[in-house]
Parts: sequence; C-alpha cells; structure tokens
Amino acid sequence: MAHVAIADRDHDAEMHEPHGFMSRYVWSQDHKVIAIQYACVAMFVGLIALVLSGLMRLQLGFPGTFHFINPDNYYQFITMHGMIMVIYLLTALFLGGFGNYMIPLMLGARDMVFPYLNMLSFWMYLLAVLVLLASFFVPGGATGAGWTLYPPQAVLPGTPGAGLGIILMLVSLGIFIVAFTMGGLNYVTTILQARCRGMTLMRMPLTIWGLFMATVLGLLAFPALLVSAIMMLLDTTLGTSFFLPALLSQGEVLNHEGGSPLLFQHLFWFFGHPEVYIVALPAFGIVSDLISTHARKNIFGYRMMVWAILAIGGLSFVVWAHHMYVSGMNPYFGFFFATTTLIIAVPTAMKVYNWVLTLWRGDIHLTVPMLFSIGFIFTFVHGGLTGLFLGNVTVDVPLSDTYFVVGHFHMVMGVSPVLVLFGAIYHWYPKITGRMWNQALGKLHFWLTFLGTYSIFLPMHYLGILGVPRRYFALGTTDFIPDSVHSINASITIAAFIVAAAQLVFLYNAITSLWKGEKASPNPWKATTLEWQTPDTPPKHGNWGPQLPVVHRWAYDYSVPGASDDFIPQNEPIDPKQAGGWGHRSKP
Amino acid sequence: MSVTAVFSALLAGIIVWFLVARRLTAKSWDSGERDGDVGAIHVAPSRIGLWIFMAIVTSLFGLFLSAYSMRMHHGDWSHIALPGVLRVNTLLLVAASIALQLARSAAGKGQAGGVKMGLLAGGALTFAFIVGQLVAWQQLADAGHFMRGSPAAAFFYMLTTVHGLHLLGGLWVWGRMTVRLLGGATLVDLKLSVELCSEYWHYLLLVWIVVFAALLYM
Repeated sequence: MAHVAIADRDHDAEMHEPHGFMSRYVWSQDHKVIAIQYACVAMFVGLIALVLSGLMRLQLGFPGTFHFINPDNYYQFITMHGMIMVIYLLTALFLGGFGNYMIPLMLGARDMVFPYLNMLSFWMYLLAVLVLLASFFVPGGATGAGWTLYPPQAVLPGTPGAGLGIILMLVSLGIFIVAFTMGGLNYVTTILQARCRGMTLMRMPLTIWGLFMATVLGLLAFPALLVSAIMMLLDTTLGTSFFLPALLSQGEVLNHEGGSPLLFQHLFWFFGHPEVYIVALPAFGIVSDLISTHARKNIFGYRMMVWAILAIGGLSFVVWAHHMYVSGMNPYFGFFFATTTLIIAVPTAMKVYNWVLTLWRGDIHLTVPMLFSIGFIFTFVHGGLTGLFLGNVTVDVPLSDTYFVVGHFHMVMGVSPVLVLFGAIYHWYPKITGRMWNQALGKLHFWLTFLGTYSIFLPMHYLGILGVPRRYFALGTTDFIPDSVHSINASITIAAFIVAAAQLVFLYNAITSLWKGEKASPNPWKATTLEWQTPDTPPKHGNWGPQLPVVHRWAYDYSVPGASDDFIPQNEPIDPKQAGGWGHRSKP
Repeated sequence: MSVTAVFSALLAGIIVWFLVARRLTAKSWDSGERDGDVGAIHVAPSRIGLWIFMAIVTSLFGLFLSAYSMRMHHGDWSHIALPGVLRVNTLLLVAASIALQLARSAAGKGQAGGVKMGLLAGGALTFAFIVGQLVAWQQLADAGHFMRGSPAAAFFYMLTTVHGLHLLGGLWVWGRMTVRLLGGATLVDLKLSVELCSEYWHYLLLVWIVVFAALLYM
C-alpha cells in the first residue's frame, strides 16, 4: 500500500507552500530550489577551478614569464583544480543539481521523499565548499599533494599545505560525503518509492537510470574516501601510523613506523574509480534523452541501455587497481584488473553504438543541446579508446605519469561530462527559467568549446608518447624533450584561454536570457518526458497542480507511425483504436 | 580489500536480482503492457531510507576492516590484549537490543506501558554500553597503548569511536522519540519510529559483534 499512499498524496500534499522570501529561496525544502542552489554553488567553484587551470597553463606555456607562479603555487593549483572539478563541480552538479531537479519531475512526484534531509544536504555541501576554499587562506596555503593526496608526501613538510591545508581538505571531503549521503538517500528512495501511477521502472527515462545507478555507486564508494580521509587525518594529527612508514624527512627521523602508503592507494581508488562512473553514468543517461529528443527517434535498444548502466555500475567496483599498475603492487593483480577493465569496455561500447544508431536516419535537429550531445560522442569515443591503451599493463607502464594520461582522463571524464552538462543546461533551461536562450551565442559557445578542448587535449597525447612527464612545474632542458614540445605547450595555453573566454559567452547568455530571452512555451522541444508536461513553466511548488500525472507509455514515443504529432507524451492515454507505440505498429 | 569487493559484488547482485525480479525485462515500448503496478516496494519510505543507510554503513565498516586486515600484515604489527570489560559491554548492547525488541512488540500490541519501559531500558543500556566503551579506552590507555605507537590500539580506538558515533546518532533519534512519547504522542504515530529504532539497534549490535570478533580473532 505504501506506494499508493505516496502516489495519492494529492491532497495532503497541497503542501505547505512556503510564503516568506527566506523559506522560499534560502531555507527551501523544494527540490527545484535546492537544485538551483546546488548548481549555482557548483558552477561558482567550477569557475575557480577553471581559473586555476588557466594559471597552470600560463606556467606551462610560457615558463619563467610569470613570476607570481612558483612551484608551490603550481602544485596547489593542480591539486585544487582536480579536486574541485571532479568532486565539487561534476559530482555536485550532476547529482545535487540535475538529480534534484529532474528526479521528482521526471517521475511525476511532488518532491523528494525526505525534503528536510535534502535541504540539509545542500547546506552541508556549501559548508564543505567553504572549508575547501578557506584552505587557500590558512598559513601554508591549500594542499599541493595532487588530487590523489597520496601519503606520505601529502602530509610531509616540503609539500605545500602539508600542515593546515591538507587537514582542511580532508575535513571538507568528510563534510561533502555526509552531504552526498543525505542527498543520495533521497534520490534512491524517491526513485524506488515515489514514482507516479504507471511509471514502471522500465518506463523511466534513461536520465533517471543514470542518476540512480550513479547514486548507488556514490553511496557505496564514498565511504572508501571517508575511511582514507579519517585514517590520514589521524596520521597527521594524532601521530598514528596507518599509512606512514618509518621515514626520514628533511634529515629528521619521523615518529612513524610500519604504515602502508599502498593501503591508502587501494582505498582511494576503490572510491576513485567508481567516482569516474558517478560522473559518467548521469552523463550517459542525459545524453541518451537529448539525442532521442532532438533526433525525433526512440532511443535504440532501451533495455540494453538500462542493462548496460547496471553492468557498468557493478563492474566499476572491480577495476580500481588499474590506476596502480606502477605502484609496486603484486603484478598478478595487474593481470586481473586489466581483464576487468577490458570487460567494462563492452557495455560502454554498446551504449556508444546505441547512440549512433539512434542518430541513424533520425530527423536530426541541430539545436544547441544536440550539438553538445554529438560533441560528447566524439570526445567520449576518443577518451574511451585511449583508455584501452592505459588499461593494458604493458602499454600503461611507459605511458604512466605522462601527458598521455592527462589527455586521456580529461577527454573521457573532463570534457565529455562537461559537454553533456552544457547540453543539459541548454536543454532544460527553458523549463527551469521559462525563457529561451540566444541560439547563435549558444552555437558559438559550442564550437569554441568543442574545437578548443580538442586543440588542448589532442596534442597532449603526442606529448605523452614523447614521454613528457605530467605534474612538472618546468621541463628544463632534457635530451628527449624537443623544441616542438615547448611550442605545443604554448599553443595549448592559447587554446585554453580561448576555451575559458568561451565560457564567458555561456555565462553572459545564461544571465541575460533570464530577462531578455523569449518566453518559453511549456514544451519547446516537443519532448515526451513528464517534466515538460507540468501545468506551469517553471513548475510551481508541488509541481503538478491538483492532480498527479498518470503514465501510460515509455519515454521514447517519437515519430510513432500513424500518430498525428511526432511525439506522444508519457502521460497521453493509449488510444485503443490506434494502439500507438512501437510494439503495435503495422508493418510498412 | 577483497572483503569489501565481495560485499559490494554481493550487494550489487542483490540489487540486480531485485530489479530483475521486478521485471527489468519488460518491453516498455509495447503499449499492450498493462498499466498500474509501478513495482514500488510496499515498505514505508523511511524504512527504505534506513535500510539503504545501513548498507552504506556496512560499506564503511567493511572498508575499515579491509584496511585493518591489510595493515596487519606489515612488520611492526603486534596484537594487544583487549580489556575484559568489552565482554560486559557486549552483553549490555545485547540487552539494549532485546529491550527495544520488547518495545517494538509492545507497540504492535498497543501496550503503551510496555513501549515506555522498553524504550527507557533500551536507552539506558545503550548509555551504559557507551560508558563501558570509555572505561575500556581508559583501561587500554592505562596498559600503555595509545593511538601513537601501536597500530592495533589505533584501530581499536578508531573503530570503537566510529561505532559509538553511529550509536549516538541512534540515541539522538531515540531521545526525540522518547520525548514525544512522554509528551503524550499516540502509539499509532510512534509505531514506525519504534520499529525503525529497533532495526537500527539490532544492526549496530551485529556490527559491533563483527568488529569485536575481528579485533579478537583476526
């Protein structure tokens, strides 16, 4: 009976609509407001991380020119750029932002199941961000340990921020994990329990499937980061020896013995690899919906797509040590993890084929979201293929710690999810704000970003094959580094600044469209999913007015033969005469 | 690590099985499919939330114990004698769990007095357990084992702290519930809370027994 109780909550959910400014926009328990709060904070820290990468590129492109960048700063920029982008931007924007906004709307629910917890989740996230940013201003500055925070170097003098910087980083991660757990409990429970009538699991849009599996991964994987953060905190503050072996540091014998740095790496990557899919799976889900909608065609192989998401989620827990081939672990592990790594390529490749087959002979509308989706297919295939190189032990060993790795992971989990995020923002902006974008500026933003990121990261693969090491402040003069490396580095830096400037176009467009944009119709893309069928645009508190929607079909009834429109919303009843839907179409 | 990997695989297996059992094979594009049953689990959302939370905590402790078993194999490891008071504490936590179970069955029968007795006894026994853990810390420190120097002691302090914090979280919910009960809330309102509380306590008892056994015998 429980689900009926939720689905029928129509009346008691004439819900306590907040009236004051504070309770409506600040201490809000409405999933849409929380989503926007999450998204704004995430984009704000993302901009900081973007500036940090610009500073790094200045040093790499024109070494010795900018005297305010010294090696210590440089390591702090690297570390904070990586950590912010992966966790505080991508994870938070996909799950806290889009997860919060889309889950109740796409499922036909009025709100999350635990709204208070949801609000708490945002405020904890904000606290985590503030603690993280505070670390820039403490004595010694932010940590410069690299985003992987490997001990012992992360906590030893000589590494920037080895005192307070690393402590604040670990504390901030701990707070973030608590925030994520609160949010994640909500997302999973809402998807399981608060779907409207008729919304079976296999009628859910793939966006929801991606968000669901990513949240499950996050809930099970983030504890590994929490465990390593707690143990490292104890090592640096109370002098335990979980990770720190007996060692000499700057001529002094430290009071540690027997700890295992390798143990940290195992724990970190047991979180770190699923983290890749925490970011990738929502992107997979969202891009499937964007492609289907803008190609006016049902997604190819829906069931296969769902199963692939589940398979990727399961497999992502047994590949972590492919990040550790050169760590000195048992070489037989390498064989095992190379095998699982290659296996995970199978469901991933299936998804790529299905996107391409969805586009095949579709009625492709080259809208801005569609451009970003197609761009994503390029960058993702590219990053995926270089992943096959790095997944094999023998190929990985010479490429380890070179720019090849930097090029690979930026393509596959930097550029690709970010392109999807932009596509998703352009796609849902009319629903969220009630206004349309300036199309021309959107297209300009796409082309600059897409071509620009290619000219940043493609040459890095070449640098990596030459053997140029990553993480170096300056390359100096070495035999194996020809002059071309320096000119490539300069050109990469110029491309990076063009891409960064392109993001200003995006921000300008996003902000000015709020009042200059043309008023959006409730369903400008003629999409089938429920969030486009709300009575108000943007949706009001409670989302659905007096009556919850009822779902009668799957989310991909585009261009159904015999139907009057080229899309049939999910809440459109089946006409018995016509018996629409793909299963009942007549043979041409 | 392998412990955790097995646990995660198991959990993923359960989730997949569960979803498959709920017709993950449905051909949803076929409009002939019948409407209506959305396959939601017929369980209160807060109970689902609690179960998911317990799965997360299991992952947390699984990872701590994986780290423990990996760290043990390094040269400087030496076992420490655990204080005897821990056995008494274990009995206290068992008793707390039983008391909450009694409260739960009293709530099922609608006996307000029994619920009150069970809740108060359960809370008091849990507080006694936590005090007992602090006594164990004191005894270990008196024996010369501190966080610094002995990795086995460091793991002991850390694991008992994390477990204790989870119990304190439970006690916070227990406190709010008890205040509502003494303030005259009806059993109908509180029945679910009492049930969830007892489930959480049984779970934390299980966690403690596994942790204690690992510290003793691994």
